[in-house]
Amino acid sequence: MKELVIHGINTDIMNDFISLNHGSGGKLSRDLIERVFVTRFGISEPLTDSAILNDSGFTLAFTTDSYVVDPIFFPGGNIGKLSVCGTVNDLAVSGADPKYIAASFIIEEGFPVNDLKMIAESMAEEAFKAGVRIVTGDTKVVEKGKCDELFITTSGIGILKSGMEYLSTGGLIKPGDKLLINGPLGNHAISVLGARNKLSFSTPVTSDCASLNHLIKRVLQNCKEIRFMRDLTRGGLATVLNELTGMIGMGITLNEDSIPVDEPVKGLCEMMGFDPLYLANEGKVLIVAGAGEEKRVLDILRSDPLGKYSEIVGEIIPDKRKFVILNTSIGGKRILDMMSGLQLPRIC
Amino acid sequence: MCLSIPARIVSIDGSMAEVSAGGAIFKAGLHMIENVKVGDYILLHAGFAIQKISEKEAEETLRLFEEMNTSLDV
Amino acid sequence: MKYIDEFRNIDLVRKLTELIYKSVIHDYTFMEVCGGHTAAIHRFGIPHLLPENIRLISGPGCPVCVTGTEFIDKAIAYSKMEEVIICTFGDLIRVPGSISSLENEKAAGADIRIVLSGLEAFEIAKINTEKKVIFLGIGFETTAPGTAVTIKLAEKDNVKNFFLLCAHKIMPPAMEAIIKGGTNLDGFICPGHVATITGSDIFDFIPGKFNLSCVITGFEPADILQSILMLVRQVNRDDPKVEIQYNRAVTHEGNILAQRHLSQVFEPCDELWRGFGIIPGSGLRLRKEYEKFDAEKTMPVNVKFREEDALCICGDILRGLKTPEDCALFAKTCIPEDPSGACMVSNEGTCNTWYKYRHNE
Repeated sequence: MKELVIHGINTDIMNDFISLNHGSGGKLSRDLIERVFVTRFGISEPLTDSAILNDSGFTLAFTTDSYVVDPIFFPGGNIGKLSVCGTVNDLAVSGADPKYIAASFIIEEGFPVNDLKMIAESMAEEAFKAGVRIVTGDTKVVEKGKCDELFITTSGIGILKSGMEYLSTGGLIKPGDKLLINGPLGNHAISVLGARNKLSFSTPVTSDCASLNHLIKRVLQNCKEIRFMRDLTRGGLATVLNELTGMIGMGITLNEDSIPVDEPVKGLCEMMGFDPLYLANEGKVLIVAGAGEEKRVLDILRSDPLGKYSEIVGEIIPDKRKFVILNTSIGGKRILDMMSGLQLPRIC
Repeated sequence: MCLSIPARIVSIDGSMAEVSAGGAIFKAGLHMIENVKVGDYILLHAGFAIQKISEKEAEETLRLFEEMNTSLDV
Repeated sequence: MKYIDEFRNIDLVRKLTELIYKSVIHDYTFMEVCGGHTAAIHRFGIPHLLPENIRLISGPGCPVCVTGTEFIDKAIAYSKMEEVIICTFGDLIRVPGSISSLENEKAAGADIRIVLSGLEAFEIAKINTEKKVIFLGIGFETTAPGTAVTIKLAEKDNVKNFFLLCAHKIMPPAMEAIIKGGTNLDGFICPGHVATITGSDIFDFIPGKFNLSCVITGFEPADILQSILMLVRQVNRDDPKVEIQYNRAVTHEGNILAQRHLSQVFEPCDELWRGFGIIPGSGLRLRKEYEKFDAEKTMPVNVKFREEDALCICGDILRGLKTPEDCALFAKTCIPEDPSGACMVSNEGTCNTWYKYRHNE
């Protein structure tokens, strides 16, 4: 990074707000990176353009994601925590051991530095919990109005034993295999919605945002017949199931009665006309287990705080039409389609 | 039309109330109903309480359901 | 949740279904005219539980579906005005106008906000005094009293920047138009929340004049199934009348206070229903003394609206004369992500519901 030396101005002062100068690449940039990010992330000097990591002989899982959640602070988390959990989970569901994260920040001019510190602190805390290291990053500052407060992009690398691709493609799934999820649906979406609409309604719901890699590792270590995993983010369970049936050319039956949904989420969904099966989660995973293995998977999930309310929710069935069929709580049936557009609050 | 659900009044402030649907709290205008108190259930629609739910009638309906005998045709 | 869970009890549902099976002696066609009923019937998979000789059809019960293109075009025209904030229920945001939709205009920078209530729009007006806030008033007798209350509050507080673009409608004239239009029916699953406001008497003309059965119905599975049972029994006895199934919310006289608010602020007018044309006396407009809140009277706009695609049969679908599968566009060019007609836009539009649940087993 180029040093910008300005005579006569004390560039050591840490301002309260990010200015365009923080993004110029000069001393203020360096100060920002060191004081807000480097010490918290434990990145060792010298800072170089890319982080060189020695892990030879293993397959590396590599993922990236951008986070633009609004509002950036919500019950149960913030954009920073989300950016770490999301990337960790993307790696974990492919069977990888998440190791390293790169984090890029696009910051709007005028953004309070204290908020940035809180967000970086959350990221450090979550990385520590997940056992990953944030090893490199980038910051850019844009003019007011050019981005919505803060955008974060995280990329992650994990180490994967070779031959585990089936966990992502579902290649080993057979009819009769069982579907499990690790807890109630929709909490993240509703907590963010509530934070965004403070005047209209409020809920006691907090985001389920969490790193699932330790939980998933225990499942993989203790259960032989894990066929597939995917985290349930945007679009919810119904979307993931539709993606799955598309990949494997089979159908799914889902039992509405066994799907956990917290009461306030239910209440809000009833009032707004939302369907919890399509709501975003940030700490939920779908696991497909071989028939006969599901009870063991369930026990392992339930023994973990992040899986206390796990349930077996459905089954793979032979169905060339690739439908996801919901057995409703009153004994009816309906098809769960792909979500068509964002759910909007309705009066009707 | 008419997405409207039963919600319980948790607090009243003049002509506005806070009502709870399973713990989700919404604002409800009480301009269209009278003689309600905390603990009552109302139907919430588009930000207004449009009716008080009759506990008596609801219980009567459920009781009739209980008594329904499927061997009867009429 | 109280008053919901008890009416979703599976044993109760089984009992009611069994009774329905025991009661059917020929074919029956019942129409519901409420988006809430359309959604509930399909969400719980009720058609799957019924005997084949009971046919349920959806009428014009979704206010979004029956809102004309011209209304959307007018709302869009207002949204393009510099000093205007449009406040709308979420239902309307994707309805296609002649060229665009409120959603598209919002993405292009128009100040269009989704509100959960007229009261929210009113608050926005009080905060943004330098702007004109136009609230899009859609919905039937369930929703219109709320709008009436909001207008009265604006009058009381002398708020000068709050306006209404009104498309409120009332049900009975539309139901009469359906009956007279030749749709083959045995009876109506009557809208429970409309009746909460109006009382049950507004439907008396249906058995009185046309010998069709009516049951005013709630929205939980047990409500709907009990209503179907009651309708089947009425038809079997050839005893058409208006019965109230939803008696925990509906009375004969309805909500008098709400009715009073409604009649103080609104009066009936002729109204355009998508797919029906003009139905006399089926709409609501602001009374003269409240005209200062009428967006169209205070800020008239001219819009040239385009007729819908000739292949779009939303009108016939709304009358219950055809089903979505009869439509050449359905599920091919007309899909929820890219709707041609309003029936596909709303979550409770017949076509949208059919599309989502189209392969019900």
